[in-house]
Amino acid sequence: MQLLTPEGERVAHPHFDIDITPDELRGLYRDMVLVRRADRESNALQRQGQLGIWVPLLGQEAAQIGAGRAMRPRDMAFPSYREHGVAWCRGIDPTELLGIFRGTDHGSWDPMATRFHPYTIVIGNQCLNAVGYAMGQRFDGRIGDGHDSADAEATVVFFGDGATSQGDVNEAFVWGAVYDAPVVFFCQNNQWAISEPMERQSRIPLYQRASGYGFPGIRVDGNDVLATLAVTRWALEECRSGNGPVLIEAFTYRMDAHTTSDDPSRYRLADELEAWKLKDPIERVKAYLHRQQWADGDYFAEVERESDALAARLREYCQRMPVPSADRMFSEVYANGSSAVSAQRDEFLTYLSQFEQTGGER
Amino acid sequence: MTEVDARSRPRPADGSDPGQAPSKVTIGKALNLGLRAAMERDPKVILMGEDIGRLGGVFRITDGLQKDFGEQRVLDTPLAESGIVGAAIGLAIRGYRPVCEIQFDGFIFPAFDQIVSQLAKLNYRSQGRIRMPVVIRVPFGGGIGAVEHHSESPESYFAHTAGLKVVACSNPVDAYWMIQQAIESDEPVLFFEPKRRYHEKAELDLTATPVPLHSSRVLRRGGTATIACYGPMVKTCLEAAESAAEQEGHDLEVIDLRTLSPLDLEPVHESVRRTGRLVVASEAPGESSIASEIAARVQQECFYSLEAPVVRVTGFDTPYPPSKLEEEYLPDLDRVLHAVEQSLGW
Ligand SMILES: Cc1ncc(C[n+]2csc(CCOP(=O)(O)OP(=O)(O)O)c2C)c(N)n1
Ligand SMILES: [Mg+2]
Repeated sequence: MQLLTPEGERVAHPHFDIDITPDELRGLYRDMVLVRRADRESNALQRQGQLGIWVPLLGQEAAQIGAGRAMRPRDMAFPSYREHGVAWCRGIDPTELLGIFRGTDHGSWDPMATRFHPYTIVIGNQCLNAVGYAMGQRFDGRIGDGHDSADAEATVVFFGDGATSQGDVNEAFVWGAVYDAPVVFFCQNNQWAISEPMERQSRIPLYQRASGYGFPGIRVDGNDVLATLAVTRWALEECRSGNGPVLIEAFTYRMDAHTTSDDPSRYRLADELEAWKLKDPIERVKAYLHRQQWADGDYFAEVERESDALAARLREYCQRMPVPSADRMFSEVYANGSSAVSAQRDEFLTYLSQFEQTGGER
Repeated sequence: MTEVDARSRPRPADGSDPGQAPSKVTIGKALNLGLRAAMERDPKVILMGEDIGRLGGVFRITDGLQKDFGEQRVLDTPLAESGIVGAAIGLAIRGYRPVCEIQFDGFIFPAFDQIVSQLAKLNYRSQGRIRMPVVIRVPFGGGIGAVEHHSESPESYFAHTAGLKVVACSNPVDAYWMIQQAIESDEPVLFFEPKRRYHEKAELDLTATPVPLHSSRVLRRGGTATIACYGPMVKTCLEAAESAAEQEGHDLEVIDLRTLSPLDLEPVHESVRRTGRLVVASEAPGESSIASEIAARVQQECFYSLEAPVVRVTGFDTPYPPSKLEEEYLPDLDRVLHAVEQSLGW
């Protein structure tokens, strides 16, 4: 499914066409440019020793912005660990992602207020959690007849091609189907799970798996933001009206290393990367905006300036992020506290204070 | 079997000659050489795991092995840990000796069910008719500045399960021999590798006779107090002992436990009978841990020799913290010495 070709030509589709205003398309362009810039800046911050690791989103901007912008505020998102673009759409500032990778926290945003669950690193876990949340949405009567009303809701869960091999993900498909859960399974097939290509995970295209579980599956050009937006909107609407779940396979490519610790030259060919460069998600929108005369040089320059400012702000923020104090380790281990943990905290803080008193180096 | 006869071992494919002068290798390289030797010796030894083939594993422990032994002996598996262990069990029933790599400690839990329900119990359930010669390699512990789930010390869960053997290596020489001994064992072995020590080097003498797999070892003799430790903490404790000798004139005995299930505590008992004091050091949270088990057994066996209660110096009973706090979380040289002082001050 594609609505905008890599060359920036609009193509029609019988089921999933989309009416997009110049303003909306400029917005999507801006989103993608800014999240890419934040991603590149964070990657650079890791290279300069400011972050322990970074997980690049490069190449997956259209998949994430399309899906993220299709969501309404009431909808719930369950990300894996690469969903910086979806985070952006949920109103999470790129600075709020840094703590995870700098090692100062496990995620600083409020998952309930933003309806953006904490990043999940254990592959596949979040898919079952998302199904449970969606079951709750259904049990609470937030789908079905009144789905047009403002309180209709659905859930989107994000995972990768590699994740589809996990038991949890397959169980999530079963549960989602059995409970008619209003959940969109949004799989970003970026062709690689670290060093393992798609063939190590599946014989058939991933979207086709859905039929075996009894719900629709669709493959969309994951580098086409109009297509991912249109398909996710449709899928969410299906879910809100009681026809969930839906599986979307966003066919895309991981343009950078798996993480900053990874060396892709050990396992994949540069040719592949070159071929995918021609399908860049941002370039095609830029070309289309130009062609339609929906944006001019001034507009592109303005977005550029904005992204420079974002990068500078990220950098500045990162460098002055405080190291959490030692007592953070002991807080919120249990919802109702624990006298045993508190005792360990007190003992440790007393121990630490000796060094302060003597001015000694530990 | 636990003893490996070094003389019958074929020459490692990296070109080094077992008869030649010993050379320095890292723990990572020693594991790689040990795996290679085991694969050369027995065609039924196969490796399974995520990214272990073309990439050679995220820590490069299996580097070059798929190239040399082919895709049917070094399997880049689907991304599913329950699958890795579950399928390894089936392969073992069929006569293979699978060596599974779990990419990081925190990712063993999808396989937990297969490990405790099947791997640990099949020998028992089949009254010994089904053997489980499966090794599960797990890079474990913290100290590498990683994100969540990459710094765990889950060994106690497995030591708690009857039917599993659990070991942890701490240096290149042990890494080389212990991995081969684990592979040659007909029992399932959880093999914990101290990931933050992968780059530690030592001389590896391929002609040496290794000590049995399930034995602990005294690494440093001393009379003031005994420290029992394993895995990544061994280096910390040896350094603490050096520092205590220099600064305080204390003479600490350091024992590398090496085997966590079964525990080999005779050397610890013998030591505590001499020193009267025991500190057990581990990165894992202390509650219901290996350290607790040792404390309980030693106080029972050595009650009349103890001059002080057994002191545990461990990770806290909290989730592993964000990495900027891991220096605080992990017992370091100072905390080990503090524990020794606590024992001496009794
Ligand atoms: C249960 C589990 N096993 C292994 C890992 C290590 N790991 C992290 S990412 C990854 C590959 C994931 O691939 P995919 O699902 O395609 O997502 P992508 O990273 O490509 O976005 C692996 C094996 C993990 N995080 N969790
Ligand atoms: Mg992938």
